[in-house]
Amino acid sequence: MTLLLTLCWEFLLTGLFAVGGGLATLPFLSQMGAQYMWFTQETLVNMVAVSESTPGPIGINMATYVGYTVAGVPGSVLATFSVVLLPLTITLVIARALARYRQSPLVNSTFSVLRPAVTGLIAAAAFGVIRLVLLPGDGNEIAWVNLAVLAGIFVLTQIKPTKKLHPTLFIALGAVLGMLLKLK
Amino acid sequence: MKELLSMFAAFFRIGLFTFGGGYSMLPMLEREVVVRHSWATMDEVLDYFAISQCTPGIIAVNTATFVGYKRRGVVGGIFSALGVIMPSLLVILAIAALLTNFMHIELIQYAFGGIRIAVGALILGTVIKLSRSAVKQWWHALLCVAAFAASAVFKLNTIIIVATTIACAVACHFLLGMRGGKKA
Repeated sequence: MTLLLTLCWEFLLTGLFAVGGGLATLPFLSQMGAQYMWFTQETLVNMVAVSESTPGPIGINMATYVGYTVAGVPGSVLATFSVVLLPLTITLVIARALARYRQSPLVNSTFSVLRPAVTGLIAAAAFGVIRLVLLPGDGNEIAWVNLAVLAGIFVLTQIKPTKKLHPTLFIALGAVLGMLLKLK
Repeated sequence: MKELLSMFAAFFRIGLFTFGGGYSMLPMLEREVVVRHSWATMDEVLDYFAISQCTPGIIAVNTATFVGYKRRGVVGGIFSALGVIMPSLLVILAIAALLTNFMHIELIQYAFGGIRIAVGALILGTVIKLSRSAVKQWWHALLCVAAFAASAVFKLNTIIIVATTIACAVACHFLLGMRGGKKA
């Protein structure tokens, strides 16, 4: 029971202080492993790898995985709900305020400036993903097959007959092509 | 109740097909929230995304909470957040319990190699759509490129970039009485 309480407390704190997305929880998880001897840093690296490549936001995946490693199924459920509890509450408060001030000229003009900047940030994230895909491994050689697949899928997402298809279909297509062409 | 369940289901699908960080949920978010259900506009989604990047917690969960709150208040926010969390919980539990060496299977690695490429292509498409809706004036384009460079080239922290943009937008709103200004 003490174990579950400690786990709950640690993940409440992680949720509250991890600002900027799932990977921001990493330093907290690393410290948890070292402080309580729950898992080694090598185990944590494996958990990050699985969390990055399986469905679901990285931060949630990592919380679930760490919780399971520490205390089985109850631990995974507890860690997952603890890590979202405080941010969820804070977001609801902000959403309420936002709904109230939506019409204010200050809020409107701030967001109209913020949108292009955030678009730039998302473009940077996309750039990171695409670079990783095109320059795999040590990053010295362009993977031409990957480039061809990327270009092919991108064209399919843009041209008339196929652009209305659900994104999951393109992801499934990627998985099938990956297995057929042995992509890495 | 029916709409709450359909929000849960939509965010369950979004969670299930998000691979990696919060930004990779954008193509799914656009399809489910903007196109299919019209729960929010693309501009609003971008606003939620911007706020979620600088508040505590996992970006995907916070964005889901915002959309849910906008549509159905606190209960809507909670249902959406639960929807986006649930696939992680199920998938990671299954992997942790059954397939410890799941990432070592060669075919799975190839499939994920292909999925990463598809995600890259989808995000690229989303960035193009976003820039059409967010960039409305010539200096918006400058701001977008500046934010991209700050993140991709100079590796500045996302929170710092967003906070600086907000500060400048607010300052310009008051000082100049005009709609926005440029970022440092």
